[in-house]
Amino acid sequence: MDAEAAKLIGAGLATMGMIGAGIGVGTIFGNFLSGALRNPSAAGGQFTNLMLGTALVEALGILAFVLSLVILFG
Amino acid sequence: MADPMHQFQIQKVVDLPDVTIPGVGVIDMAITNSTIAMFIAAGVVILFFGLVTMNPKVVPGRLQVAGEGIFSFIDDLATSVIGHEGRKFFPFIFTVFTFVLAMNLLGLLPAQFTATSQLAVTLTLAVMVFSLVLIVGFWRHGLGFFKLFVPSGLPIAMVPILFVIELFSFLLRPVTLSLRLFGNMLGGHVALKVFAGFIISLGALAAGGGFGLLGIPAAALSFGGVLALTALELLVACLQAFVFAILTTIYINDAVTAGHGH
Repeated sequence: MDAEAAKLIGAGLATMGMIGAGIGVGTIFGNFLSGALRNPSAAGGQFTNLMLGTALVEALGILAFVLSLVILFG
Repeated sequence: MADPMHQFQIQKVVDLPDVTIPGVGVIDMAITNSTIAMFIAAGVVILFFGLVTMNPKVVPGRLQVAGEGIFSFIDDLATSVIGHEGRKFFPFIFTVFTFVLAMNLLGLLPAQFTATSQLAVTLTLAVMVFSLVLIVGFWRHGLGFFKLFVPSGLPIAMVPILFVIELFSFLLRPVTLSLRLFGNMLGGHVALKVFAGFIISLGALAAGGGFGLLGIPAAALSFGGVLALTALELLVACLQAFVFAILTTIYINDAVTAGHGH
């Protein structure tokens, strides 16, 4: 297998790291929504924590994407 | 299709003489497109807040409301997370927030360079934040700063393992802080370029005629994709600046309280 083909396969495999990020962000928002539907008046106060948690989880998925770019173009 | 990574190329605009730092080596000094982008971002921030505070009125006009809104947003953040000491760190957090926000947003304008898509820039900002945390922590608590890594109410047997884990995740903070901002900006702009490249390459198919004419609706779809992605990138730019600021605030809070709420 030549290096170019291996790079392409490696880049594709690396993006599978975003599966975890997708599940994580979905879990966070799902829990927020189920809590917000039970207590709508308290939901607005937690919006900041929601955004913070989402960014922290999404960061790991973005790291996987950047790593695949590094494999492909680096 | 054009290379989506070409936009991140550093180009020297003004080449300055090399600087030799003993022990580090030769530093290639130059004014590059990245430097100019950062100058523009800093200039825009200074200009905006200069305009906001130029004619302050008790009943504010729209520009003053915007400036005061950003100010009170970060002020509330700092005081709610850090407490009464929050005001002391407010200038630093505010500077970081507005600078990162300006760099992110200005990169979305056509033919502008996104300074935060360079790992060097985000790593420098993250190292500055981390250094502030270390300096404040050790200045205030001395060696008691290490109490941060031992949460209270822990059985003695677990303390060594948890100390190592907590220390490792603490040392990882500047890494994740920089990589988060870098990855978001890099990924967003690469995706934008890839979709924009589709518009051209799919539209060029239409020149062949026949089935190639399907290229025109596909190019229109790609254009819609670029619009949607740009909207998403606007959101991500603001969100990542906010996340950088709030994580800075949380890390400074860790340094100020060092494990126990003071």
